[in-house]
Amino acid sequence: MTAITTEPPVIRRPWYGSALRFARRQPLGTFGLIIVVVTAIAGLSAEWIAPYNPTANDFAAMTEPPSAAHWLGTDQFGRDLLSRIIYGARTALIIGFVSAFVGGFAGLVLGVGSAYFGGWIDLVLQRVMDILMAFPLIIMALAVVAIFGTGVQNVIAAITIPLIPRCARVVRASAMAIREVPYIDAARTSGFSHPRIILRHMVPNVVAPFLIMLTAFVGQAILAEASLSYLGLGVQEPVPAWGLMLQGGAEEYASTAPWIAVFPGLAIALTVFGFSLFGDALRDAIDPKLRER
Amino acid sequence: MYRYILNRLLLAVPTLIGAAALVFALMRLIPGDICVVRLGGGGGMVDPKAVAACHAQLGLDRSLFLQFVDFIVGFAGGNFGISMWSGKPVIVEIGSRIAISLEIAILSTVVAVAIAIPLGTLSALRQNSWLDHFVRTVAIAGIATPSFWLGIMSILLVLEVSQLTTGAPWMPPIDYVPLWEDPLRNLSIVILPALTIGYRYSAVTMRMTRSAMLEVLREDYIRTARAKGLLEQLIVNRHALKNAMLPVVTLIGIEFAFLIGGLVVTEQVFNLNGIGRLFVQAVQNQDYTLTQALVMLTVTIFIFTNLVVDVLYAWLDPRIRFG
Repeated sequence: MTAITTEPPVIRRPWYGSALRFARRQPLGTFGLIIVVVTAIAGLSAEWIAPYNPTANDFAAMTEPPSAAHWLGTDQFGRDLLSRIIYGARTALIIGFVSAFVGGFAGLVLGVGSAYFGGWIDLVLQRVMDILMAFPLIIMALAVVAIFGTGVQNVIAAITIPLIPRCARVVRASAMAIREVPYIDAARTSGFSHPRIILRHMVPNVVAPFLIMLTAFVGQAILAEASLSYLGLGVQEPVPAWGLMLQGGAEEYASTAPWIAVFPGLAIALTVFGFSLFGDALRDAIDPKLRER
Repeated sequence: MYRYILNRLLLAVPTLIGAAALVFALMRLIPGDICVVRLGGGGGMVDPKAVAACHAQLGLDRSLFLQFVDFIVGFAGGNFGISMWSGKPVIVEIGSRIAISLEIAILSTVVAVAIAIPLGTLSALRQNSWLDHFVRTVAIAGIATPSFWLGIMSILLVLEVSQLTTGAPWMPPIDYVPLWEDPLRNLSIVILPALTIGYRYSAVTMRMTRSAMLEVLREDYIRTARAKGLLEQLIVNRHALKNAMLPVVTLIGIEFAFLIGGLVVTEQVFNLNGIGRLFVQAVQNQDYTLTQALVMLTVTIFIFTNLVVDVLYAWLDPRIRFG
């Protein structure tokens, strides 16, 4: 005889159901996500969609206003602005994502580790975080560039360092709250190793604030890259980068060819706007305190 | 309370020493030699004897340890030394540049507070209304827009408008005049940078005001006040806003501390000689004493603003003081 057990059916919501619910509840966030996706597609498929070579000079078409041939006009070297903005999306996203992920993950490990071990490890780590938080970003960037030279990887290093303590602070605060819960004590008494407790039991509990912060970090890193490139400390010519496009010619030709200054700035603002809207919506969707009652 | 303040002051000491060690090491890792740059000038050959004499004069011939001890002892005694580049006392170099940075920081804070607090409060009181969506969108746009681009756009706008209205393009003057000497000229220099910075600053503050108000409006004491039949205006002004202002004041303090040395890009756009530009020039000239002093100044302002804000917070909120 076989025993018949009746289990309640498991209701699984299809992924698109959750996505639709998010879109209905967070229209601004969905709009932000659309901007992010469009930018990502532009960056990934720049070779196929950009109408011109972004670094090719055309001295017969310098500072041309937007037209059918050049939708967003050309710069002082005759380079097509639309193509440079499309390729610039790739530079911005690479720097934004790599800085945010490296800074975020380093902050996650340090924040959770600091909360888990406590004592003098926590004290020392927090002082190091204090130093990095208080240290002016511009000096760090100037020093990194002066020591190692300009280049994408050095810009990433200069942007990543200040992100680490900010992530570590938030993650530590969340991790402190779960350090004393019974299941962490149970894991300790069961003899689990420290890395296992941290990675398997503590990290999953701080993932929500971490993910929200990560989306904000991508936007902030894109802004930081634009500022550094504008100051001549970031990506160098002829690499197409939005901040770099606003340096030199953009100011010089601001009154006679304003499109050189307007469009790259709009690209930066719109992309960071998209990341911020999406990050905010994610926070509102996850944080029960901010949900409408 | 005193114990808490003493504890925080003691914790500030290793942070200051750590920041000092970091800037000391970073400056010496940068390739190049200030004496070669100073003596070489145009790029000609430099006499090694002259370089050695310059090193001896600036104290660069001593061991790194002694140089570091000198720097720390000087900083602890309030003596920042002489600028290696200009030969003037560092305090004079900073003093001549700080007025404009401070003025822009204060004016942007006024702009930010004037916009952020009323709009952030209204946005929270009418959560999810069209006004709330509008305020949130404006705030996020403020955070997303690079301030240097906004600066370029504002100069462009002023140029175009002045050209259209008066027939001659107008640009803000560059050379700084103190407010008490020529208020109109002074304001025409600082107003555009202050508005540009103030917009971003107001966006951050507006978001904080909104979320703090949303949390406070859901507290039991607000429900009690409503149940007692208190006027809504009284509830908002006396009970909600006062409590919601705590995190907002914290944020304003921290942002203000950041602005003192963080206006590098804005000063570049508006061609202003403030602390931010002095930072860039000091590093580029490899002026160790000036860079070290500037870093220690910003780090000290950052640490002490945080401390003052935290103490203020604990003093204002009895739950923190006695918690």
